Amino acid sequence: MRVNFLTDPSKYKHWKLNVSSERAELVLDVDENGGLYKGYELKLNSYDLGVDIELNDAVQRLRFEYPNVKVVILKSGKERVFCAGANIKMLGAASHADKVNFCKFTNETRNAIEDASQNSGQIYIAAVEGACAGGGYELALATEHIILVDDGSSSVSLPEVALLAVLPGTGGITRVTDKRMVRRDRADIFCSTEAGVRGARALEWNLVDDIVSTTKFNELVEQRACEIAIRSDRPNDQKGIKLNPLKLKMENNSWKYSAVKVDLDPKLGVGEITILGPNEDAPDSIDQLLEEGDGFWPLRVARELDDALLQIRFNELEIGVIVFKSAGSPSEVVKYCDFLQKNKGHWFVREILLYWTRVLKRVDLTSRSLISLITPDSCFAGFLAEIIFASDRSFMCEGVFEEFDDIEASIILTSCNFGGHPMCNGLSRLETRFLGQQEMLGDIELKLDTPIFAEQADRLGLVSASCDDIDWDDEVRLFLEERTSFSPDALSAMEANTRFAGPETIETKIFGRLTAWQNWVFQRPNAVGDNGALKLYGTGKKADFDKKRV
Amino acid sequence: MLEANAVDYETSIPNNVGLSSDRRVLKALEKWHPGYLSWWNEMGPEGFQDSLVYLRTAVGVEPGGWAKFDYVRMPEYRWGVLLAPKEENRLIGFGQHKGQPAWQEVPGEYRSMLQRLCVIQGDTEPASVEQQRHLGATAPSLYDMRNLFQVNVEEARHLWAMVYLLQKYFGKEGRSEAEGLLIRRSGDEDRPRMLGAFNEATPDWLSFFMFTYFTDRDGKMQLESLAQSGFDPLARTTRFMLTEEAHHMFVGESGVSRVIQRTCDAMNQAGIENPFDIDRIRALGVIDLPTIQKKANLHYSLSLDLFGSEISTNAATAFNNSLKGRYREDKIEDDHQLINATYPVLKPVNGTFKLVDEPALTALNMRLRDDYTRETDSGVRRWNRQINKNGIDFEIRLPSVSFNRSIGLFSNIDTTPEGDSLTQEEFLSRQDDWLPSVDDGAFISSLMEQVTEPGSFAGWISPPRIGIDNKTGDFEYVRLQ
Ligand SMILES: [Fe+2]
Ligand SMILES: [Fe+2]
Repeated sequence: MRVNFLTDPSKYKHWKLNVSSERAELVLDVDENGGLYKGYELKLNSYDLGVDIELNDAVQRLRFEYPNVKVVILKSGKERVFCAGANIKMLGAASHADKVNFCKFTNETRNAIEDASQNSGQIYIAAVEGACAGGGYELALATEHIILVDDGSSSVSLPEVALLAVLPGTGGITRVTDKRMVRRDRADIFCSTEAGVRGARALEWNLVDDIVSTTKFNELVEQRACEIAIRSDRPNDQKGIKLNPLKLKMENNSWKYSAVKVDLDPKLGVGEITILGPNEDAPDSIDQLLEEGDGFWPLRVARELDDALLQIRFNELEIGVIVFKSAGSPSEVVKYCDFLQKNKGHWFVREILLYWTRVLKRVDLTSRSLISLITPDSCFAGFLAEIIFASDRSFMCEGVFEEFDDIEASIILTSCNFGGHPMCNGLSRLETRFLGQQEMLGDIELKLDTPIFAEQADRLGLVSASCDDIDWDDEVRLFLEERTSFSPDALSAMEANTRFAGPETIETKIFGRLTAWQNWVFQRPNAVGDNGALKLYGTGKKADFDKKRV
Repeated sequence: MLEANAVDYETSIPNNVGLSSDRRVLKALEKWHPGYLSWWNEMGPEGFQDSLVYLRTAVGVEPGGWAKFDYVRMPEYRWGVLLAPKEENRLIGFGQHKGQPAWQEVPGEYRSMLQRLCVIQGDTEPASVEQQRHLGATAPSLYDMRNLFQVNVEEARHLWAMVYLLQKYFGKEGRSEAEGLLIRRSGDEDRPRMLGAFNEATPDWLSFFMFTYFTDRDGKMQLESLAQSGFDPLARTTRFMLTEEAHHMFVGESGVSRVIQRTCDAMNQAGIENPFDIDRIRALGVIDLPTIQKKANLHYSLSLDLFGSEISTNAATAFNNSLKGRYREDKIEDDHQLINATYPVLKPVNGTFKLVDEPALTALNMRLRDDYTRETDSGVRRWNRQINKNGIDFEIRLPSVSFNRSIGLFSNIDTTPEGDSLTQEEFLSRQDDWLPSVDDGAFISSLMEQVTEPGSFAGWISPPRIGIDNKTGDFEYVRLQ
């Protein structure tokens, strides 16, 4: 079954989105029988990929369609349970690849929630009544403020280790230690106690920000929402930009969006993603931009690229290499960059830029070999040039190629390449690329806004190789054939290690450390063997652990 | 359009690969050419670059009449790119790709392995030219001088052959490897050639003959197994190289044979029967047979090292991936995949040597080495028949494979040429009995004097039975300038 990521609130099964002026409520009310796959019921507000696809959509829409919303309250639509986390039966039955992909996507969505709070003035708070366990607490951890009802039974917990022999792998442990800075022994107790922590202790340990009695609960949520809204810099009286359904035509191995196309070669295991440059001039005014709405080229490309990446991740497991290409005029792309830069104080422009940051992170985190081909007809400029620096390898055409008349391949860098779209590690892709060689950045910055041709790009270290028309076809073919002959596991592991040089952040720790360990645990018999805890969950049988430490 | 196989002499680089319409490779080769020429001038035969040498140049690739002879200045030699005729619809003959059409392009999956095979083979070719560059000054005749130069220009052409493959099929990396082939130097401490034997000195003409007999034959065996490759351009290139290689083997075998003949003649004339009466024999100005044996011991053992470790996963991988076959793979009758086959490998076990069955795939180096030993031995037997015919009681013997080895199962063991174990001290104290000593070297060197009179030969070597290209005895093979 293909996973589809396109949805809208009218199709939601599990979430309700209630908006009133500056406040929104995102209410989780999971349809038990609405699981994406067969064979499990989504009891106790537990979630599967389908629930998270809707959440991802809602988080995204809130930012574009509701510019005036300053506070988003996450709450449950069910009595006595906030959220029980990822559905265990679903996890027990899922293939390893599905688990890993699911886990990464949910992580990205939680990061998008934090991005909204921290960079976009749309601040999330969690209003927790009832059990808030595992992935449920991880969801709450992604907000800026957790209010827990103090009713003697409601608790927050991370029961994964004790109950399921896996980790709270959606950022749980990392956010406990690094975001909420819970003392390590308390974190140890918390993460190994199935029942979790309630009331005053939860507050004392900083697992929540407020505790409040049932009767005063709504009042406090209301009060906090008001206080937090004051911190927001979002506008008051702007009209939102509707995100209309993406237009996508899929034929066999060729997918056509409006500004992105995907061509798959399943035999070789290579997927080409081509970004089509703008057809129309960049707008001259904010009014014109607002009129273009979701038809505005950079926004279209971001949404379409985002969807293409997700589809490849979930639906095309044997595409081991993604080749990025682009077609258009680099100088036209620069005009768009300039427009965005000039108007970055406007809420809509800010959302577009932040969205590009998230999409580019999605590129960084895609566990496929990423290759950029910079040809004479390509338009890798500004934010599109970031794709080159997100790639594991890049090849650039040097000199004139017969089929392209007299045009030579060029890259144009703009200010957005110097910090506009940071990676998970907090650095720009160029800073990460030239870690320890900061002087190179100075040389590169001198070339701002001017076309950089292959020889110079090679010299400046912006591309891995430049090839003339004599070598081009063979170099690319040989590279792809060689790459696809290597072990996919070894490549995923190698790339995950070469891509993220530099400092650790909560995000890099989640994707690098927590997830890697979680994926290790997910492969071990103590979790997924026939007598493993994840497999036996709900059967009443006790897991039989192999006691050897590894 | 050129006829298939026809050699194009119009372009600066004679070839039968359609270079004139292959802008890409032509450009790359032309870029490489000046560096090659300066390498030749710097590292090629010293002192004879202006001489006119009666050389054969390949003008076709069909058997019979593929070469023509003429006087050439070596730097003007027309080094070309020549591949054996293409066999239509050739199928891969071995390994996991057996039965599939032979590859006309490098499969990306095997790029680095194939590139490495080409680079190692390519590295040996110029190395031998470098090793032999001083020999012209002591050539025992114009005939021998010409043979030396013939071998040199052809080894250099073999370099071209490998460079062509690197440039045509391996892109940028291949081109930089092609440059690398001109940068390394035999015996250079900082940038040595890749294989041990190709960094040894070739101090005298007996060494030269031994080298072409023993070491060039390793090259021949390697070429034979590459000639089976599933990568068709490599197979075709090496097949044509083998036609040239035959002459190199001949120079080696007949050279040693002529040295032996001269020694036997001198002994018989002087009435010396005992081949070990070394001082008296040397006083005749010829090389005694025991010293020839020592030279054979040295060159044979160095050449065995070139086959690599007896048990080798690299060799197994190259075979299994259909990149490098066995000697005359196409004449062998088996599954050509060696799935369950074993091969006996001689191994040191508790102080003795035993044949132990190993998986045939990992024992491929051993097998190729055995094929080599068989071939080498037959030439040695011809030398012995010759000694015998001259009425002298002496037999040249190939030493045990355990003797004087630096690579493989015997590299940490010292033995006599007969294969009896020794301590390292014992070996060191007796090695002058088995390997050329400093004194032996000095003696041979004392005989090495250039003879440039057409038809004349130095006193330590007999004239050949027939000339090159059916020329008469006094033919001026080299016109010195
Ligand atoms: Fe050769
Ligand atoms: Fe040779």
